[in-house]
Amino acid sequence: MRNTRNVVLSVLLFCASIGFWEGVVRLFEIPAFILPPPSQVALALWRGFSSGLYPEHLYHTLLETMLGFIAGSALGLVLGTAVALSRPIEFFLYPYIVMFQSLPKVALAPLIVVWFGLGLTSKVINAALIAFFPLLVNTMVGLRSADEERVNLMRSLAASERQIFWMLRLPNALPFVMAGLDVAMIFALIGAIVAEFVGAQKGLGMLIQSMNFNMDVSGQFSILLILSVVGLILNRGVMMIRKRVLFWDPSEKERIERERIGA
Amino acid sequence: MATEAISVRSLSKLYSTRDGGVTALERISFAVEEGEFVAVVGPSGCGKSTLLKILAGLLAPSAGDAYLRGTAIVGPRRDIGVVFQAPVLFPWRTVLDNVLLPIDVQGLGRDRYLTVALDLLALVGLREFERRYPWELSGGMQQRVAITRALIHDPAMLLMDEPFGALDAMTREHMNLELQRIWLGKKKTVFFITHSIPEAVFLADRVLVMTPRPGRIVDDLRIKLPRTRALDLMTTPEFGEYTRHIRGLFNVKGGLDA
Repeated sequence: MRNTRNVVLSVLLFCASIGFWEGVVRLFEIPAFILPPPSQVALALWRGFSSGLYPEHLYHTLLETMLGFIAGSALGLVLGTAVALSRPIEFFLYPYIVMFQSLPKVALAPLIVVWFGLGLTSKVINAALIAFFPLLVNTMVGLRSADEERVNLMRSLAASERQIFWMLRLPNALPFVMAGLDVAMIFALIGAIVAEFVGAQKGLGMLIQSMNFNMDVSGQFSILLILSVVGLILNRGVMMIRKRVLFWDPSEKERIERERIGA
Repeated sequence: MATEAISVRSLSKLYSTRDGGVTALERISFAVEEGEFVAVVGPSGCGKSTLLKILAGLLAPSAGDAYLRGTAIVGPRRDIGVVFQAPVLFPWRTVLDNVLLPIDVQGLGRDRYLTVALDLLALVGLREFERRYPWELSGGMQQRVAITRALIHDPAMLLMDEPFGALDAMTREHMNLELQRIWLGKKKTVFFITHSIPEAVFLADRVLVMTPRPGRIVDDLRIKLPRTRALDLMTTPEFGEYTRHIRGLFNVKGGLDA
């Protein structure tokens, strides 16, 4: 009963705010190149999809994001493990990692495009570069966070370091790794879009740029809408995996509990 | 029986700190017979946990010798089972998988030990819980899983480091009865560390009394109370005699932080 009432209320609220937006734009005659009314945004969205323009560019942006996400996370995972397990690697590599991390990675996008061209490669590399850090740092912290008592238990069973890694440190690091993936997914999308801004032939970011030159603001709004939906879906995807993998994690249980209550 | 289960000769352990060193154990000597239940009782900081870590092979002594069943301790070994103060269960493993952890580590083959695990879980009253996860169990049940895990590879000896210290008083008494029952059934050597005087007297054949700074054994007390012991025993004069005697040792030595 309560639930259906809440759904009805939130739909009403959504309709009211859209109506308010439409009304204000029409009442004060705000020009469409400043703030387009929702009806025009919807129209742009419809045109973009029916003409096949949006699906094509969406496909490219998604491809860049996913490839960048996979490459960046894989690299972060491997390097994070290496740094966590080996003191020498940490000693020689970590200063560069820290230095590189304090750099706003989006500032590298122009360079990346110069080096790797206007095609897919530069976008994937830029997305991977940004997605890489949350994984690196979280994997490192996660692998090192194994509880001293649990390590002692494994030692008391005469377990080898390799067994301690596979049976204790790795599963123990999973909550950290999953939190890293959560962030990396959205970061990869940002990386792909920024690289498209700098120079690309395809992709939603490039589309936003060209619409900007043509003062097509309702078009830009429609793409922002697509991007936020894409971000939401990607995030949900990671969360679904997380729920499956981390069914045993206390913080995860809390989250599931909260969702069940509907808070 | 020719060899003792545990044999310790003038064992010392020093921890180096910034302002010199701390003597956790000073020239400790004692022996434990096969099948004996020996409790070590002492206030916190008396080095009893250090002693257990040395016996478990997790810590090297500074001086002296320690033998388990006739062989010198050089590192962790597989013929002992250790129970810590916290249950230390892995949350991503079910109860059954937690119990089988030593089997996985030692590569003994799960198939052969599956029935052993289920029998042991039945012994500690957790037969229907083998598919559950640790967070679904109470503190007392978790500690019983930890004891089962320590028994799974049929070790000759159990080392227990304040295993019931984190439990509430009622659960703790219940666990004492359970442990006695398991011990009477299995007849393994048990080396049990606690800071509770009644717990030590109730459970053990022998109580070693330790005082801190430096960690020393000040008494070796044989508890001549009949088995099977019931909780009522704690109210008898004989029981009170033992606990009063041990408490007296702490007061003389100033072992308790007032």
